[in-house]
Amino acid sequence: MCDLLSRNIDLIVVGGGPAGLAAAISARKEGIKDLLIVERNNWLGGILPQCIHDGFGLIIFKETLTGPEYAQKYIDEVKKLEIPYIIDSMVLEITPEKDVIVSSPKGLLVFHAKAIILAMGCRERTRGQIRIPGSRPAGVYTAGVAQNLVNLKNFMVGKDIVVLGSGDIGLIMTRRLTFEGAKVHVVAEILPYPSGLPRNIQQCLIDYDVPLLLSHTVTEIQGQNRVEAVVVSQVDENSKPIEGTQQRIACDTLILSVGLIPENELSKTCGVDLNQITGGAVVKENLETSVQGIFACGNALHVHDVVDYVSLEAQKAGKSVAEYVLGKQRKVKRIQTEAGNGVRYVLPDFIRRNVDLELFMRVVCPGKDKHIGVFDGKKLVKKKKFRKIHPAEMIKMRLKGSETKNVKALRVEVLEK
Amino acid sequence: MVGCALAREFSKYELKTVLLEKESDVCCGVSKANSGVLHTGLYYKKGSLKARLCVEGRLMYKRLVKELDVPCTLCGKHVVARTEDEIKDLERLRDVGEANGVRGLTIISRELAKKREPNVDSLGALYSPVAGIVSPYLFTIALAENASSNGVNVYLNTKVTGIKQVNEGFRVTTTQGDFTADIVINSAGLYADRIASMVGIDQYRLYPSRGEYLVLDKDSRDLIGGMVYPVPPKVAGYLGIHLTPTIDGNLLIGPSSEFIDVLEDTRTTEERILELMTEAKDLLPNISLKAVIYAFSGVRSKITPPNEKEARDFIIQEDLVDFINLIGIESPGLTSSPAIAKFVVQLVKEKRDIRRKKDFSPIERKTVRFNETSREKQSSLVNEDPAYGEMVCRCEHVTKREVLDALNNPFGVKTIAAVKYRTRAGMGRCHGGFCLPKIVEILEKEYGMAAEEMTLKNTDSPLFIGRTKDLRKKGV
Repeated sequence: MCDLLSRNIDLIVVGGGPAGLAAAISARKEGIKDLLIVERNNWLGGILPQCIHDGFGLIIFKETLTGPEYAQKYIDEVKKLEIPYIIDSMVLEITPEKDVIVSSPKGLLVFHAKAIILAMGCRERTRGQIRIPGSRPAGVYTAGVAQNLVNLKNFMVGKDIVVLGSGDIGLIMTRRLTFEGAKVHVVAEILPYPSGLPRNIQQCLIDYDVPLLLSHTVTEIQGQNRVEAVVVSQVDENSKPIEGTQQRIACDTLILSVGLIPENELSKTCGVDLNQITGGAVVKENLETSVQGIFACGNALHVHDVVDYVSLEAQKAGKSVAEYVLGKQRKVKRIQTEAGNGVRYVLPDFIRRNVDLELFMRVVCPGKDKHIGVFDGKKLVKKKKFRKIHPAEMIKMRLKGSETKNVKALRVEVLEK
Repeated sequence: MVGCALAREFSKYELKTVLLEKESDVCCGVSKANSGVLHTGLYYKKGSLKARLCVEGRLMYKRLVKELDVPCTLCGKHVVARTEDEIKDLERLRDVGEANGVRGLTIISRELAKKREPNVDSLGALYSPVAGIVSPYLFTIALAENASSNGVNVYLNTKVTGIKQVNEGFRVTTTQGDFTADIVINSAGLYADRIASMVGIDQYRLYPSRGEYLVLDKDSRDLIGGMVYPVPPKVAGYLGIHLTPTIDGNLLIGPSSEFIDVLEDTRTTEERILELMTEAKDLLPNISLKAVIYAFSGVRSKITPPNEKEARDFIIQEDLVDFINLIGIESPGLTSSPAIAKFVVQLVKEKRDIRRKKDFSPIERKTVRFNETSREKQSSLVNEDPAYGEMVCRCEHVTKREVLDALNNPFGVKTIAAVKYRTRAGMGRCHGGFCLPKIVEILEKEYGMAAEEMTLKNTDSPLFIGRTKDLRKKGV
């Protein structure tokens, strides 16, 4: 650590997005007084202020809100509860001893925190990470960046557009750019099924006659200075482009909606174990990470489909952190969960027996009328039928305390017929 | 880079020097797209310009990087043998290097190589302790800025369209007007043969050869200690796909080698990306290709034709009175650049009495790199200037002050690329996702730029087509 003067604090919440706000509110309500939200942008609410479409809040508020409206409810609550926050401030480092170094225009701040909530959110996968070959012109934007530029700055990114990836932000941006007068020529999706929520496929593509090409990807970007065209190719079942299927689509912009990555660079600096599949922290059912007193929630933990679930999860993290800070956390034994056949991941990674809890998971492939089973070795602990399962949608399963009474480990599987 | 090194070297003398650059900034061609390696001189024939200038150039770097405040480190290099035959190649390389005056070369055993580079499997390696890495962009930019501080006029967006011999010397016609010069140095890289033809020197032909690279997340940096090179394949002048740590802490895989038809065709291709990944896995089985954050390519200006076995030497000569050509300056061009500049100045000095300036200042202003300073120093920086407390680039921890300083460059370049190469904002794992909107905001608020004026890298690469509201009014 450095020699700068540090201040003791009960709780630092890293990130003032939906997760950070809900976690801070919950922690305050549970009795934590000495806390601070650190936000690197110059606003609270994270990504929500740029999500000017509606559809937020159905689960928590039973009404459909826009992103800014949803965020405002939490921002108002933060202000009402007088929870301190700083903006334009970024956590540079967290040590395993929970020293937190923050850069801010007011100075370099150092805190020694009793507890920390990791709520950094996620970032978008880029062109480089999916290695699209071709030239490197202007006009290649990730969907979230385009959303920020168009909605917050009113800067129009282009007029002839191809979207790669049918993730939700890509779908929303397809509609948004269409509203602004652009022509979205096609949305290409490498998978044989859409990645976004079904309602977005309907409301953003079908309603506007934008073609969706499944099992297709962009195999080349053309144009020396500004995008001039992209080459779209069909792919086989291993996602490899099929020779001879290339079609060149003239356009000035390529929008990428090719996945989100939980931001965990800070988790690494403080030694938190990461789940290789989710990219987020390994957590217990109380959302505590492998480092005592450090909790994780929201998209920094795993990418959520609906913001309401982010808020609910964060609320739980706030409650757990209060237990920890106020000395009410009990030492308990836990068992491990495991993603089995057909399940990409299941959270929490460790759970307590004998308490009611919820498992969160994502499946590998879409399916209809499928059963998901929870096993202890070969023994079926619980089984639930789902009318529809889809990788784009997070699946939740409640477990009663009585159901985990004598289990040694839990494995979740999609059952074959 | 060589052009900027020349400009700086000439700025030491009582001369009126101008640097003409067709791009919107310095360091836009292969100068920014290479391994950033300071070579020692293992690969070049004794007595060649390449051997001499490479060895001399590398030694000049020590002082230069201090004067110009450019990050540089001698991280050392292992050339690894993967077959018995290649062990013999190592001996050959060592002998060439020693003949060129390279010190400290040792061939080490399989065991020692494993100890030094635990993640690399080999049968033995040639170790070169003095090989180094440097930031090619910061070096080139600093050379240009220092030349400019010392009186060189740098003309950007200035493409030479014709050169004519006139009574007073040469009349150089450009897209920004005419220049009359006593002496012309042709350091036009890929275009050097064309520029030479403008004055009737037709004997040169360059063969552009593209090299593609992959950039890995900083997470992968520690997989190797220093550079790891294969024994060079039997292709003239090609060193093979190697692994190079960058001065910024990333890892580079590359370059590939492929002759191309179109000069500045710097695209990346699926075939080469696959080749890079296969080769990298072969050298370093633990490498995770999930860590790839970017791909780029640069084009070498080769004088060696595709079918020739042995690489040709640099050509640096006065082919016409007062017209000096620099032809085929490929690798080790970066290492040699300071020595090339000195060599060219020497050619001029032999004929003309040029006087050294008394007030030449070799030192360029210190650049603050917030991310690389101690916490204590960071703290005092923020206290002095709150703009140091505001992060513009979350991945590389680049502050608003550094971005403003970059945008206040002496050449007035206000592109996203100008900020990227000067500060690293946008070079990290999110590759501009966080910083692009912030830089756009700075361009708007601090410099009054309109949406349609903002560009990625040059005047022809607009970021936006305008403001949404204006476009709607216009009915676009």
